[in-house]
Amino acid sequence: MHEMSLAEDLLALVEQAANAQGFRRVREINLEIGALAEVEIEALAFCLESVLKGSLAEGARVNFTAVPGEGWCLECAAKVPIAALYAPCPRCGGYQVQATSGFEMRVKDLLVE
Amino acid sequence: MCNVCGCGHGETRIEGELPAEGAHEHPHEHLHDHTHAHECLHRHADGTLHSHPPAGDHLHYGLGPAHAHAPGLSQARMVSIEQDILARNNAYAAANRRWLTEHGVLALNLVSSPGSGKTTLLVKTIKALRGRVPLAVIEGDQQTNLDAERIRTTGVRAIQVNTGKGCHLDAHMVGHALERLDLAENGLLLIENVGNLVCPAGFDLGEAHKVVILSVTEGEDKPLKYPEMFHAADLMLINKIDLLPYVAFDVERCIEYAQRVNPRLEILRVSATTDEGIEDWIDWIEARLARARAAREDTVDALKRRIAELEARLAAKG
Repeated sequence: MHEMSLAEDLLALVEQAANAQGFRRVREINLEIGALAEVEIEALAFCLESVLKGSLAEGARVNFTAVPGEGWCLECAAKVPIAALYAPCPRCGGYQVQATSGFEMRVKDLLVE
Repeated sequence: MCNVCGCGHGETRIEGELPAEGAHEHPHEHLHDHTHAHECLHRHADGTLHSHPPAGDHLHYGLGPAHAHAPGLSQARMVSIEQDILARNNAYAAANRRWLTEHGVLALNLVSSPGSGKTTLLVKTIKALRGRVPLAVIEGDQQTNLDAERIRTTGVRAIQVNTGKGCHLDAHMVGHALERLDLAENGLLLIENVGNLVCPAGFDLGEAHKVVILSVTEGEDKPLKYPEMFHAADLMLINKIDLLPYVAFDVERCIEYAQRVNPRLEILRVSATTDEGIEDWIDWIEARLARARAAREDTVDALKRRIAELEARLAAKG
């Protein structure tokens, strides 16, 4: 259940921002989650519901924006889109692809009051 | 929660000590800077303050009450955050890595499924390196201190961290374990993570390398089934190769799958029972120990140069 740890860390980030920027209520949380990130969005949403309860972000709407995965194909010497770490290069079909982005798990911004 | 630094999740247990009872005395030193952001966050449901258990070799993170978060009070605006959800863990990991680098310690994070033979391999590794390299072990398990006890029979210092309901070690737990370990300079720290091929992949502990262990009694398709872990690792040990004649495990296919996920992955075949391949594994470690020492020398030399520069400037002014 590492989504639970992530949810708790996310709340910690939000509360830290609340202390620093002086807001008391969070209405919306906007997250960017990469296609290759080690997180299950549904599980994270479920954990957040529990973790945010009783906090300044209780009932906040959580929006997930997907960030596509990208890799560098050694054979093609080119950036290619990839859907999974074990996926072949969509150009040459080979597996010499180093994943370069799509690991994001970021809190982008918050709608607060 | 520690009421001085605010660290701790309220669920810590150190081997042989009572959890969350009895105030501990400050000052205690931390390898990492606590942000204090979580100081006000993790309040115990019953209103008590958690304190760190006194020094010992067993950390337990699964015994305390559930975290309760105080509600805030109440014109809508957008606030930019732009921070990684794992920022907190990553900050602790960076502090651990800095400390390890400064002390020339090579830290390896050993990850695998339960039952891959990690602890047996660890004991074998310790026996091969004991006396030549200062060694210490951090043992992660959900419960019990059985593995740390097994390691201690080799005479090497081991600290058990119980994650309770947690599925992985995190950098904060490892930071506190490091404080208790009293690691020698230029040594080797072996961290045996919780047996789990999923969650430990995402949590940087500050280690130099993740080493994934896959035994031939498991499926050769595990690198495809649990790609994150094989992607995060720098070395894969295929363990229990003495059992190859008795199991339907295709080593070549396993390697192919693993390198699909991670083309840079190094691979060694070993048997912790018959010692086959152990020498290659020890060589791999020793090469990296040499690098860790060289990196520390660089740091020490760089500091000495800086001191000499500052002294020269001071002398010029005086």
